[in-house]
Amino acid sequence: MRRLGSVLLWIGVSLAGAAAFGVLALSRGEPVSAAWLLTAALASYAIGYRFYSRFLANRVFGLDDRRATPAERHDNGRDFVPTNRYVLYGHHFAAIAGAGPLVGPVLAAQFGFLPGTLWLVLGVVLAGAVQDFTVLFCSLRRDGKSLGQMAKEEVNSTAGVVGMVAVLFIMIILLAVLALIVVNALKGSPWGLFTIVCTIPIALLMGWWMRVWRPGAVGEASLVGALLLVAALSGGAFVASHPALARPFTQSGVALTWMIMAYGFVASVLPVWMLLTPRDYLSTFLKITTIAVLGLTIFIVLPPLRMPAVTVFARLGQGPVFAGKVFPFAFITIACGAISGFHALIASGTTPKMIARESDARFIGYGGMLMESFVGIMAMIAACILDPGVYFAMNTAPAALAQASQTLQQAGFVVSPDVMQSLAARMGEQTLVARAGGAPSLAVGMAQLFSSLTRTLGGSGFEALWYHFAIMFEALFILTTIDAGTRVGRFMLQELLGHAAPKLGATSWYPSILIASAGITAGWGFFLYQGVVDPLGGINSLWPLFGIANQLLAAVALCVGTTILIKMGRARFAWVTLVPLLWLLAVTMTAGVEKVFASDPHLGFLAHAATVAAGAPNAARLIFNDHMDAAMALLFMGIVAVLVGASVWEWWLVLSQRKRPQVHEAPFTESAYATGD
Amino acid sequence: MPRETETRRTPRLLTRLARAARQVIGAPDYEAYLDHCRRAGHPVRLTRSAYIAEILERRGTSRCC
Repeated sequence: MRRLGSVLLWIGVSLAGAAAFGVLALSRGEPVSAAWLLTAALASYAIGYRFYSRFLANRVFGLDDRRATPAERHDNGRDFVPTNRYVLYGHHFAAIAGAGPLVGPVLAAQFGFLPGTLWLVLGVVLAGAVQDFTVLFCSLRRDGKSLGQMAKEEVNSTAGVVGMVAVLFIMIILLAVLALIVVNALKGSPWGLFTIVCTIPIALLMGWWMRVWRPGAVGEASLVGALLLVAALSGGAFVASHPALARPFTQSGVALTWMIMAYGFVASVLPVWMLLTPRDYLSTFLKITTIAVLGLTIFIVLPPLRMPAVTVFARLGQGPVFAGKVFPFAFITIACGAISGFHALIASGTTPKMIARESDARFIGYGGMLMESFVGIMAMIAACILDPGVYFAMNTAPAALAQASQTLQQAGFVVSPDVMQSLAARMGEQTLVARAGGAPSLAVGMAQLFSSLTRTLGGSGFEALWYHFAIMFEALFILTTIDAGTRVGRFMLQELLGHAAPKLGATSWYPSILIASAGITAGWGFFLYQGVVDPLGGINSLWPLFGIANQLLAAVALCVGTTILIKMGRARFAWVTLVPLLWLLAVTMTAGVEKVFASDPHLGFLAHAATVAAGAPNAARLIFNDHMDAAMALLFMGIVAVLVGASVWEWWLVLSQRKRPQVHEAPFTESAYATGD
Repeated sequence: MPRETETRRTPRLLTRLARAARQVIGAPDYEAYLDHCRRAGHPVRLTRSAYIAEILERRGTSRCC
């Protein structure tokens, strides 16, 4: 009877999901309730988790609760701590979810809500969550080793070195593109800039509070920090309304570029407890709370989606937000939320050292990624409830808007200057036109959702306050990633420099800290500056590069996972990682080739360089930037080719029995939890 | 009688919730460290301030995009 109930339940969930997808796919221009999108996503997640992740856990990986995890064997109360699965789920989610799942879907909304939604849902169930779960499982069986170490041990040392170089370059592109989002959100916005500037002394105060004045009082310091943030947010409105006060906080994109680079350098050089740690606590609290409230708001408000299911740009590939057709660019634009190689660093970092039982890896690895995908779905909803004309006016640089204006008019995506002016006034901004980068349009969408909720509850809309809250929310954890990323990049560069001069490899030697921090900051600062001065808005060229780089890292992780499965004698199940790997290779290589060699100057770096007139202002720099971008894309493709080649060779040796398969798992130790101790 | 049980249970629940919140955000939890040493029979090698300093120093290098 119970089995029958279960069968009926899952048939019901499947039918609900299929019906929701049907409504989404068949809508033609009429507004569709966000409820259908939520139903489609939640039903797919439920089916994926219940059936596919169970298959992975039991049949493919053979998770075994009798085997002690690294947290149990090396329990030291610090790194290795057996942790409750629900607590660890929160910890893992807070580490993997950043700006990526929020911004990618907003940018991909130029294709309509359907392509991005399908990729978010199908991609996470069949690829992204599989990658996270696989890497977590592999690291769990290897004492919590990192992806690079596993690549070196299980594939070969070339793969290990390639993996490390890939991470360094990806970090540079990632930091540039995230910083560009912040710059685009804050330029000409005294309210936004004032609030974000205030977070620096607030974080310093929190650091001093937790470390010196009241050691360990994180909750207390975070509460004080949160109250001060609210004060800064309200103070921003006052500053923006007084011209004399607003002037120093009204900055151009180039000025903000130098400021954010100086910030990244200082954050990397200062002791970590002083700025990075308190900002990280604050942004983690804010992230979890805001995402929970956003989800709740969408469920209560159930707004109609105003963006069509599929726009003309999916087919034409001349989108004003970024160039390129739906394949491969939707799959590059949405990385986090569907599949993100960066997660492999977390799944082989802190999380495997805290898992109490092997079976928890399914809930944390697979389930954690499903939640990130759901964040992506919420961002997609926030972007698609905007009037399409408003969305395109906000996300398009003036140069690109002029080129796309005819197509936009034909598609009916037009908006009058009065509407944009009125929207900007309601949001407390001077203008919202050409605010590319995704963050401002996400903030407008969030502000509209939150203000609908406050009005439903009987209050005022507070749209301007919600808009700046959303900007602060995004900027705060982007800056956290910039802090942490510059620091990690600094460590990696110091390690590389250490091979040339051992003294430079000493991570606590100040001249080495300064040199490596300056090197990394200059690296991402170069691409940031290039994006800021780009007449097409920067995001156009940088976001696809970031997508290619991130998917490349996912390919590295899937290569390592496939190798381990084959060596474990589970070659018959290797398709679980091999199919996503082949898909990613198709996407990454196609996107890379198009970005470098396409004859359309809006798409291809080399074609764009060729169209820059010799006498044009900054011609030499624009041409150099295009060539540099092309070189980066080719480098990423080269790295993929080397790594896949090394992995395929290893698979061939093992499968043809020319090499004895040897996995580097930690020896089996009986778990005390299994025996009930 | 039920009231007495309630009053004992509430602070215990709050303590557990606070500890869970600390673990989620990766904040230092010296009591958990002491618990671990007691359970494992290890000597307590770190003072409260040394433990907190160590956790705060190691924080924040694993943030995703």
